[in-house]
Amino acid sequence: MRKSSTGHDWVHTEEASTGVELRDGDHVAVIGGGPAGTFFSYFFLDMAERAGLEVSVDIYESRDFSGVGPAACNMCGGIISESLVQHLATEGIILPSTVVQRGIDSYVLHMDVGSVRLETPLHEMRIGAVHRASGPRDLEKPTWESFDGFLLSLACKRGARLVRERVTGFDIRDGVPGIQTKSSEYKEYNLIVIATGVNSRILERCRELLSDYNPPRTTGTYICEYRLGAGVITESLGNSMHVFLQKIPGLEFAAIIPKGDYASVCLLGDRIDADMVQSFLNSPEVRGCMPNDWRPDDRSCRCSPLINIGGSPRPFGDRIVFIGDAGVSRLYKDGIGAAYRTAKAAASTAVFQGVSARDFERHYLPLCRELKKDNGIGKLVFTFTKRIKGIGIFRRAIYHMIEGEQGMAGKSRRMSMVMWDLFSGSAPYREILLRTFHPAFLVRLFWHTIHSIMYTSKHG
Amino acid sequence: MKSASLGKVYRDGEKIIAQGEQGDCMYVVQEGEVEVYVEKGGSEVRLAVRREGDFIGEMAIFEREVRSASVRALGSARILTIDKRNFLRRIQEDPSLAFRIVQTMSGRIRELSEEVTRLKCGS
Repeated sequence: MRKSSTGHDWVHTEEASTGVELRDGDHVAVIGGGPAGTFFSYFFLDMAERAGLEVSVDIYESRDFSGVGPAACNMCGGIISESLVQHLATEGIILPSTVVQRGIDSYVLHMDVGSVRLETPLHEMRIGAVHRASGPRDLEKPTWESFDGFLLSLACKRGARLVRERVTGFDIRDGVPGIQTKSSEYKEYNLIVIATGVNSRILERCRELLSDYNPPRTTGTYICEYRLGAGVITESLGNSMHVFLQKIPGLEFAAIIPKGDYASVCLLGDRIDADMVQSFLNSPEVRGCMPNDWRPDDRSCRCSPLINIGGSPRPFGDRIVFIGDAGVSRLYKDGIGAAYRTAKAAASTAVFQGVSARDFERHYLPLCRELKKDNGIGKLVFTFTKRIKGIGIFRRAIYHMIEGEQGMAGKSRRMSMVMWDLFSGSAPYREILLRTFHPAFLVRLFWHTIHSIMYTSKHG
Repeated sequence: MKSASLGKVYRDGEKIIAQGEQGDCMYVVQEGEVEVYVEKGGSEVRLAVRREGDFIGEMAIFEREVRSASVRALGSARILTIDKRNFLRRIQEDPSLAFRIVQTMSGRIRELSEEVTRLKCGS
């Protein structure tokens, strides 16, 4: 077995084979037609065709993404990260302007000490804001295409078969997994891919069947879609994602994302309740960036899905693999990007290596471990950010450091780049942390902190 | 063409890549068409027209040479920049990401071979 520079096994040899391989005529089931499931199906069929393998893929998805509201939606903030947009374009997947409701070209960081804008050095729309369904439940006339619906149609064009039914039973009989739906008999598959997200009951059944599998740990989110109208959004929020560093206990992250006619409010944290939401919406920082006469409409489409914050240690078994949120994701950011990475790694393992637990352990687990390791560093970065945002002197120092960097060339904008990557999820957390150890970063932060202390002692 | 969608919208005739410049990124055409041309002795020679989904300037990812040709928008065109560093980092994890580029470059070598053959045969 030859290894790549990152330690992954890439080249298949006879001695590596476990004998549990897919053959012509085999059947693969994908449970869940969200991004993880559709990315898997798309790349799996593409790689199988390249390898001359004739296999079929059934995607089980009961939801119709062309509908509106939570029943048709996979419930998330709807951000396609800068890195994922580029990877998909390189893969030949062009996100059409009927799906991308707004391209995001900048972040605006809001703190009590002021607001500062972080722009992409290329002055280009680098991040996509989408809706997972066709839109929120109060949408009168759908004008945009669902992101999940677009990906699902790509997978179906590639040859996957969509089974629009909910999976009601999942079992492993004589080492072969199988599933059952309400209207069809139990069907065995040569490989079952679990791409359900973390909010599915199937994961509990998987825990019973696979002794090594533990569903991922989760945290709460709150997402609400406020209808403002495209013109008002352009005028008030522009093409910027608005991020808030506020001292609200229990709130890990808060953002407002402008889309077509809606602005999505996304909050992340363990103890999100009505009081916390009100406290956020009524804060001067939020009031300052929303239209003057705006009042939150209680009838707006909202949801509180769980997100993955701690991946499963062994997201696979014989002829079973867990991808996306059901397996390992990225901490707080770029969940769709993690779905793409895990889906592609699982597809490549299934086509070129095999589908036994040993194959997935050798060829799929390294990526999962890498993601988990980086999440560990991410946790450290977010804990540090949490501490800093609780101290006014540091908030002021960060604000002035970013403000002072605005006229500088790309690489000299050290705090801006750290913040950009932290909010956008474009770079691994390890890379972000290492950038904060750069002497130029530390010297500048120290200088701005001293100024901030002097300002505070003078003005109180 | 929606200016608020991904990438950057270039007007008709606007230059995206300038021949002779040092490049550290490539581009993917998101919408519209672009023209690849070489400037020599005050005149221009059109090499190709690239459309939605096509790569342009991909040689900069693999070489340290200056841009070998210029590219401009034919009509309105929306273009997305692909960072060299981001792309190379991802290739370390997933070499298959480069497959489509290799496929594209292979196709372009084939086109060039046919062109050379035509020129040598004088047809």
